[in-house]
Amino acid sequence: MAVEPMSPAPTLSSPHPAGPVARESAHDPAVLLDGVSKRFGEVTAVDGLDLEVTDGEFFSMLGPSGSGKTTTLRMIAGFETPTTGRIRLHGRDVSRVAPYDRDVNTVFQDYALFPHMSVGENVGYGLMVRKVPRDERRRRVADALSMVRLAGYERRRPAELSGGQRQRVALARAIVNRPRVLLLDEPLGALDLKLREEMQLFLKALQLDLGITFIYVTHDQQEALTMSDRIAVFNLGRVAQVGSPAEIYERPATPFVAGFVGTSNLLTDDAARLLVGREGTFTVRPEKIRLSDPDEMHTAGESSALGRIRDVVYLGSETRYIVALEAGGELVVTRQNLETSSMEALAARGRQVRLSWNREHVLALKAS
Amino acid sequence: MLYRHRWLQVLLLLAPPTGWFLVVYLGSLSVLFLSAFWLLDPLTSAVVHTFSLRNFQILLGDPTYRTIVLRTVGIAAAVTLTDALLAFPIAFYMARVAGPHARSLLFMAVLLPLWSSYLVRVYAWRVMLQPHGPVESFLSAIGLPNVEIGYSDVSMWIVFSYIWLPYMILPLYAGLERIPRSLLEASQDLGGRGGITLRRVILPLALPALAAGSIFTFALTLGDYITPTLISNSQFIGNVVYDSQGVANNIPFAAAFAIVPVVIMAGYLLIARRLGAFEAL
Repeated sequence: MAVEPMSPAPTLSSPHPAGPVARESAHDPAVLLDGVSKRFGEVTAVDGLDLEVTDGEFFSMLGPSGSGKTTTLRMIAGFETPTTGRIRLHGRDVSRVAPYDRDVNTVFQDYALFPHMSVGENVGYGLMVRKVPRDERRRRVADALSMVRLAGYERRRPAELSGGQRQRVALARAIVNRPRVLLLDEPLGALDLKLREEMQLFLKALQLDLGITFIYVTHDQQEALTMSDRIAVFNLGRVAQVGSPAEIYERPATPFVAGFVGTSNLLTDDAARLLVGREGTFTVRPEKIRLSDPDEMHTAGESSALGRIRDVVYLGSETRYIVALEAGGELVVTRQNLETSSMEALAARGRQVRLSWNREHVLALKAS
Repeated sequence: MLYRHRWLQVLLLLAPPTGWFLVVYLGSLSVLFLSAFWLLDPLTSAVVHTFSLRNFQILLGDPTYRTIVLRTVGIAAAVTLTDALLAFPIAFYMARVAGPHARSLLFMAVLLPLWSSYLVRVYAWRVMLQPHGPVESFLSAIGLPNVEIGYSDVSMWIVFSYIWLPYMILPLYAGLERIPRSLLEASQDLGGRGGITLRRVILPLALPALAAGSIFTFALTLGDYITPTLISNSQFIGNVVYDSQGVANNIPFAAAFAIVPVVIMAGYLLIARRLGAFEAL
């Protein structure tokens, strides 16, 4: 995919697309994993994975450490060979193709900048290897550096840069090659929160600007929700659910997804029978539950339950109440601190309360 | 009291090694320097304690000594190069390819020869390399007639390369092991095949370790006098020094000649420092 003569640094405030960017569907998907497994000795890191990443989409692989997301990324990059199954990039079977023969580039978790080279040499490495003429190389390196807002940094050494700057050099080194798919392995993991939030928006804007497929590995659900067109939630080497951020958050398919993306609020056994009226496992998001005095009546269409506040966690903008239900089990309730002070919030501990929620917000989960 | 006065702690800790270093090492080195400027009375064979540049005039003027210095430095350089070439694949395999089991086996193989006496190993080579010995017989058997390496510079080069090889492998192994895996992957990811990754990433990053190993191979060869005596008929700096002070009892001349490798080594270390060898040790 041709990249325009690189535009000036993308703006931080970018429109958020509603869902996956629609592309010509006749084309092959950017990445296709077909029954891919990876075993390291006795350990199965990835277990029979089927995944399809559309061209031009921002696709996140979200999961706890050891869930197989990084191994999957490394197989797409070519650093690991799948034990079974096939990997296709734009239709081409690359299952046994070496990393240097694949049209993908990686932004490494530790940035992996060459310490003995200048920033310019680092960014120009891929072009130098591909024997791009010196003048063109210099121009493209300068363009890529200005895209990540490091114009004029060519002569610096990686050791002289801050973590955030190194991260952007790593990004420039990957995009300068104009790959069709960019792989990012927890690239923001080492940055502080403020910088991380800034970079999330920057990456999203960059992706829209370049129009290339981003595959982004993270264990941070907030990060995945902020940037992605679609998210694959990984657990124990399998994909638990694939969907848009809204789908993943609002309609988690399994208790694991419900718990990993957001707070787990499970109603099981007795609580399920009494409060939902059915057997099974159900979840209600903490922000969907209303907290009131025990004697207040609930309205039609609502479920309600009595409980006692077991613990209070004051989080500044909101407060999290952990309520032990009389029907058994616990529910977490979050409430914006509209008028509540920390003193009032913390004083609620031990109080008898009524929880009520709209029945529409109760979701049935498949047992995982 | 010790806890409160850090300097006292440091002093107590460092006094013995510093004292040892000052007296035994720097002391003898300065005596060496000093005696290099003395003379030997040719009649009485007594050392004359007067300042003179006579020894250095002989060293620089006599082509025999120049040849010996050049031969010694040449063989030390050849040994260093050979060991670097031999050690690199082994160290690379140990550091980056081998599993834990194969790695410890290789460590054993590298270190085991150091358990046996240096003399035993050199004598073993002497038997193998002697004229019409096993090595020469083998070479003529495979169709290389009239190879005469027994008691030659070639056999010295072979034996030194063998003996000092572990001292090159170990620092190189440490240096290669320290290169993060992600750097090699990044090079591949950006299109670098094995050759490019080796030349552009691995070699530059292993250079300090290579320089560190070469300090050992070069210095140890430069100062040795046993191997040249046992393996070869040609003269080495080491055995000229040995003969001057042992046979001829000309200690001032021996001292003057012994300064030559010290000066060469000082120059070599300066270069090695520029290559970052001391960070790699």
